[in-house]
Amino acid sequence: MRWRVQLITENLEVTNNMGMTIAEKIIAAAAGVEAVKPGDIHTVTLDRMMSNDGTTHLTIDMYNQQIKNPTIADPEKLVFIIDHNVPADNPKTAASHKKMRDFAKEHHIDFWEGKGVCHQIMMEHYVCPGELIFGADSHTCTYGALGAFGTGVGCTDFLYGMVTGTSWVLVPETVKFNLTGTLKKGVYPRDLMLHIIGKIGANGVNYQVMEFTGEGAQAMSINDRMVLCNLAVEAGAKSAIFEADETAQAWLKEHGREPKHLFKSDVDAHYVKEYTFDLNEIEAVVAKPDFVDDVIPAKEACGVKIDEAFLGSCNNGRIDEMRVAANLLKGRHVADSVRFLIVPASNQVYMQALDEGLIEIFMEAGAIVMNANCSVCWGSCQGVIGEKEVLISTGTRNFKGRAGHPTSKVYLGSAATVTASAIKGVIATEDQL
Amino acid sequence: METFKSKVWVLGDDIDTDIIIPTDYLALKTIDDMKQYAFSPLRPELAGQIKEGDVIVAGKNFGCGSSREQAPEIIKALNIKCVIAKSFARIFFRNAINNGLLLIENPDLHDVVKEGQEIEVHVNHYIKCNGKEYPIASLPQNLVDIINAGGLVQAMRKRNGLEPIK
Repeated sequence: MRWRVQLITENLEVTNNMGMTIAEKIIAAAAGVEAVKPGDIHTVTLDRMMSNDGTTHLTIDMYNQQIKNPTIADPEKLVFIIDHNVPADNPKTAASHKKMRDFAKEHHIDFWEGKGVCHQIMMEHYVCPGELIFGADSHTCTYGALGAFGTGVGCTDFLYGMVTGTSWVLVPETVKFNLTGTLKKGVYPRDLMLHIIGKIGANGVNYQVMEFTGEGAQAMSINDRMVLCNLAVEAGAKSAIFEADETAQAWLKEHGREPKHLFKSDVDAHYVKEYTFDLNEIEAVVAKPDFVDDVIPAKEACGVKIDEAFLGSCNNGRIDEMRVAANLLKGRHVADSVRFLIVPASNQVYMQALDEGLIEIFMEAGAIVMNANCSVCWGSCQGVIGEKEVLISTGTRNFKGRAGHPTSKVYLGSAATVTASAIKGVIATEDQL
Repeated sequence: METFKSKVWVLGDDIDTDIIIPTDYLALKTIDDMKQYAFSPLRPELAGQIKEGDVIVAGKNFGCGSSREQAPEIIKALNIKCVIAKSFARIFFRNAINNGLLLIENPDLHDVVKEGQEIEVHVNHYIKCNGKEYPIASLPQNLVDIINAGGLVQAMRKRNGLEPIK
């Protein structure tokens, strides 16, 4: 293998007078203290909280039935988003949506439905650098792309935060990921992140923060940074973060928002480990069923017959990936034996894809374009696969049975690999077209 | 601290939340409706065979994946006494504590224990298996209090002088 992983430091002693990382500074600010160090437990005031239709009905039931005189600490900080089963696909999900809709209206909570995947909407409309955000969804770590500390929690933690406005946080250690060089043609940030997870393992940074830095990180767009931060939880991370540099600030300005804080890691900040990845050495990869860290060069999987391809999800359903797919699909056709589902991550992405003529290309090529939502990635409501069927997906996970029948198989790859595979009917890379 | 003897069910590494409860069953009305499908992609028969007080012993990264809190709730609803694993994924760890499910980390037990065997758990001290004692770390008292109350909501109710929910 030609992959280079360099371990620079390990398990240094932490002292009180050392500098802090971005994550530590955000937690310190949210806790109202001057300094924090890994292992400390602090009570923090949350800047924002997001919950989707995966579990909000459970939170509402607990709120209504199980606590005494419930109140909401600060409704302005809450966002409810229906994105997992959109539109509702059976009376049970319809009932849970109604519960969420009614509760949001009664308590004056910002509410979104059918506008896109929760993390995409949060990035487009809410997230600001320096904020500490809890989301009742594991991929809340996406918000690190804008220099915020986002982390996933369950519905009980969400309930506690909703009622008190606070929560407790164990300050995590930070692991530095230094990115050098640039990705080769035909290789995408998605390949890089799957490669990193393959190297460090599905619990490689359990409970820790992944901080991405170096010239390779600085050169990345917010789209690319979201791809990296979003998948961090698949390596066990509590959160992932980029410095909110000029790229992030320009993006924020375009979206009409101001940062809460612009934190940089101190030069003497403590990292529990440091890795260096040379982007020039990364190749197109796929994660094999049923583990996100079972990552192999895509060319080793070429030829595996597929039944369905999926381009979308909070990891990879943005305009950059839509453009990659359209470039490959133009003048070509999806294989007769394949269903190719294309699902923009939000209506903003959908509208832009319409403006740029991408949707027309998708439809002419025989793809099925769906409304913005979680779709196949979450294995319910749209495009689920049958017994022993094979899916190649830009989704977040390939767990056993994740996308349908327990005997079905899910491969994960980049938008380019998924599109090339949809055209060929077997797993393929874009250079094979 | 509490001591108990339990029958062991052995699972592997990276038991994810979609294995603990697949997406398809999350729309069922209650946790009791869902619990028969626990672990079904991996071992569909398992949920029906688990008896009250049994323990699950697993490898590394138990509970990785989704933040769905139904995962620890279902394990608790099966009356599993505790889960012992080499390591736990972060969100699952928090969710389990919040739902009053005891988790114990131990790096060695998984490699020596056989399914169906009986082990003796001395919470916060050690686990006895094959006549040998495997030391385990003690949990911070505030987390023990939450587990003993039956979870975070029950602990809040206790603090507020409300009756526990059955």
